[in-house]
Amino acid sequence: MRIGVFICHCGSNIAGTVDCARVASLAASFPDVVYATDPMYTCAEPGQAAIEAAIREHRLDGVVVASCSPRMHEPTFRRTVERAGLNRYMFEMANIREHVSWIGKDVEANTNKAAELVSMAVAKLRHNRALHAASFDVCKRTLIIGGGVAGIQAALDCAEGGIPVVMVEREPTIGGKMAKLDKTFPTVDCSACILGPKMVDVAQHPNITLHASAEVEDISGYVGNFTVTIRKKATYVDWSKCTGCGECMEKCPSRKTPDPFNEYMGTTTAISIPFPQAIPKKASINPQFCKMLTAGKCGACARACPSGAIVYDMQDELITEKVGAIVAATGYDLVDWTTYEEYGGGRYPDVITSLQYERMLSASGPTGGHIRRPSNGEEPKTVVFVQCVGSRDRSAGRPGCSGFCCMYTAKQAVLTKDHLPDSQSYVFYMDVRANGKLYDEFQRRAVEEYGTEYIRGRVSRIYPDADGRLVVCGADTLLGQAVEVTADLVVLAVGVEASHGAARLAEKLRISYDQQGFFMESHVKLKPVETNTAGVYLAGVCQGVKDIPASVAQGSAAAAKVLALLSRDKLQGDPQVSQVDVKRCVACGKCLRTCPFGAIEMVSFRGQDKAHVIETACQGCGICTSTCPQGAIQLSHFTDNQILAEVNALCQR
Amino acid sequence: MNAAYYPGCSAAGSSSDYEQSTQAVCGALGLKFASLPGWNCCGSTPAHAVDTELSAALCVRNLDLAARIRAERVATSCPSCLSNLRLARKRMENPQFRARVNELLDEPAAEQLPQAYSVMQLIHEEYGPELVANRAHRRLTGIRIAPYYGCLLSRPADVMADFGNPENPQVMEGLLRACGADVLDFPLKTDCCGASFGIPERRVTASLSGKILDAATRMGADVIAVACPLCQMNLDLRQRQAARECGRDFNIPVLYFTQLMGLAFGFTPTQLGMKKLMVSTASLLKKLDAGA
Repeated sequence: MRIGVFICHCGSNIAGTVDCARVASLAASFPDVVYATDPMYTCAEPGQAAIEAAIREHRLDGVVVASCSPRMHEPTFRRTVERAGLNRYMFEMANIREHVSWIGKDVEANTNKAAELVSMAVAKLRHNRALHAASFDVCKRTLIIGGGVAGIQAALDCAEGGIPVVMVEREPTIGGKMAKLDKTFPTVDCSACILGPKMVDVAQHPNITLHASAEVEDISGYVGNFTVTIRKKATYVDWSKCTGCGECMEKCPSRKTPDPFNEYMGTTTAISIPFPQAIPKKASINPQFCKMLTAGKCGACARACPSGAIVYDMQDELITEKVGAIVAATGYDLVDWTTYEEYGGGRYPDVITSLQYERMLSASGPTGGHIRRPSNGEEPKTVVFVQCVGSRDRSAGRPGCSGFCCMYTAKQAVLTKDHLPDSQSYVFYMDVRANGKLYDEFQRRAVEEYGTEYIRGRVSRIYPDADGRLVVCGADTLLGQAVEVTADLVVLAVGVEASHGAARLAEKLRISYDQQGFFMESHVKLKPVETNTAGVYLAGVCQGVKDIPASVAQGSAAAAKVLALLSRDKLQGDPQVSQVDVKRCVACGKCLRTCPFGAIEMVSFRGQDKAHVIETACQGCGICTSTCPQGAIQLSHFTDNQILAEVNALCQR
Repeated sequence: MNAAYYPGCSAAGSSSDYEQSTQAVCGALGLKFASLPGWNCCGSTPAHAVDTELSAALCVRNLDLAARIRAERVATSCPSCLSNLRLARKRMENPQFRARVNELLDEPAAEQLPQAYSVMQLIHEEYGPELVANRAHRRLTGIRIAPYYGCLLSRPADVMADFGNPENPQVMEGLLRACGADVLDFPLKTDCCGASFGIPERRVTASLSGKILDAATRMGADVIAVACPLCQMNLDLRQRQAARECGRDFNIPVLYFTQLMGLAFGFTPTQLGMKKLMVSTASLLKKLDAGA
């Protein structure tokens, strides 16, 4: 075998703490290595051209590149060697950047370690063989999980591109958080008015099937061929008959039912439509508060319903859908701020969240768009906004910034002045983060034109005084003194975390999530929409905090990825899958039981039971390989021989 | 429970009434402590402000004395002593720190030092509100109490984790409610009274204590219950200074929670050292008699 080795400097990223030339000269003495060099930037166009030239000039039949993580550039270099006529699996990569130069400063030790990693890669490459991918059919449909603005945008773009969409929304209506907002910054557009038409488009588009009040129960399969089980939760209303007339709500006697759409600011009826522009505009029953479902007598809604849609004995229903791609757009929830006992821990009615304030400002909200103190219904004169509650707070285990609170707080201060011209607003802030288009200009208007008092410092305590007003104690860190503001209403800019249940969904999707529960993208900078599971894409806040325009942009980006993937009739499989040596297999079935993907089946081979790998289902994890007592299953490209060769190279030098 | 009692300096002087009432209440409940012969000052505020190791050595010597008599816990009434004892024990987990402290001691400290607990916690843990309620024959019915912990008893949060939420502890409330009192949800319960600024910057203490006195008065409290000798002094002895700073009059008695529990247990004010209090308790006792 004739192997070529390329030790990349990566500018100074590697060469700063690794003597690349020496690694290359050491590599030249490794078995079968006929050519070794140390280019400045191997991944750049001249670097790749040099590899191709070397393959031809030195008649190489295998290449090792020692550079960054294979996560970064393995696909790049596989294409490079392929262009020069080699099989893409006759290539190995040694990670001497993330695993060596970035983590140690000792040049001598780093150089040794880099040489060892290269020797392992060479040893493995000597046992590599050409692998060829099989191709398979693609299901040209996509699943979109979550019907907020990001999911809506992704659904509409996919549907317009001709790809049928299955949208699953946990709540009875799509629209997500944006549907709850009164206005949007920095243009002060009516949120429902700009989102409403898009929601209607989702309902009316022939390419979109919407399952509201539904959750993803299970996902199996692989890119191009996912099978999704969806639980359609019992709404106790036959939506094929419900016309959304609202007669049932008029007659329902359970008028003290908590109202999640209004962030529990008011009450609703046990049978309800979340809000007038809901999509689908269908009623559903909250079984915990329905007199018929709890006590067995009432039936007012069934009598009132002109279309006979009420079904008291409805059960959850499981349906399955086949799709080729999946977009997760599950959004966020607010942090549980009631752990902040210094702000009353939820005991003071006039301390509310910013999302509750949005519902109060909204004309379709519980107060009809009037700002009122929840405690006594009076108009507040002084409103205090507290930023960074549950954000940028290491003591609460939430070090990150929630991104959009600075801007919506400025917007809410502006709207407060619009609603109540005699009012005065104060904002306690840490820094004003207004880095979007026209954002800083807007925030300055809140200060200069609307007279909002910005106080730089955190709030240490909020407590009610004897008159029932709220004393807000804080620090003015610019003046270096303690301040107290007596407020009628306090609005907390509560931070965001991943949507409840995001971790469970991540496990079903086999994608990773970070400490705050946000889904991990494939590469922080260069693959912000992809995940490490092929065919699964991300849109909106489920990937990390972002405002509406960014969520919409990512929704479109995810749709572009889906459209590109599903534009192909066939996809290439990954040949790095397990294979059974039928001569060695004793049909013990251990592999069958350990495979997490159901990719192994028992087949009859010349009258004997033998394990068989379903290549399209195998994800190449290697669990079966290490389980098999006979060594009968080998994972292609990671065979025992290849791994032992690496170990030997490291230990027998 | 095998606990040694660490009185702290103020118990022997300025807060002898806290000590007297603590002994009375613990005695009535049957809570027995081993005495700690030869104990020394925990270092209070000055020691740890000047030298961390020296301050720890003072505390560790006391914990070591307790370890020698095989005490599993050390009980103390004073939040400042509690804080110093706990922080010293925590710092001793660091071997280098332990070595430096051992240098300062006559003999190296025991490997396993007992943990310190406030008497309030121990009553709550060992007896709980139910048993306290059984013992409280003279119910504090109708007495409106503003429970005030001070800034130290529940902080720092990681060291005092067993006290619950540092901003809203509930231990004292449970004990006083068990005595039949009407315990207020006092929002300033963990704010600072001004502490030792009463000496160098009297107005700081006057304004901070004034805020607490003002809030309790406005909420209609008959009495403020405290757990710290310095808080008691600032709120009671300096009540007129606070009133001058706030431009209003205060007349609210400030009792240790043990004195209130003691009253409920049937002890006389004299048995609870209440004659040391500055603000008159006459109206409080009258209300108590009227209720009984």
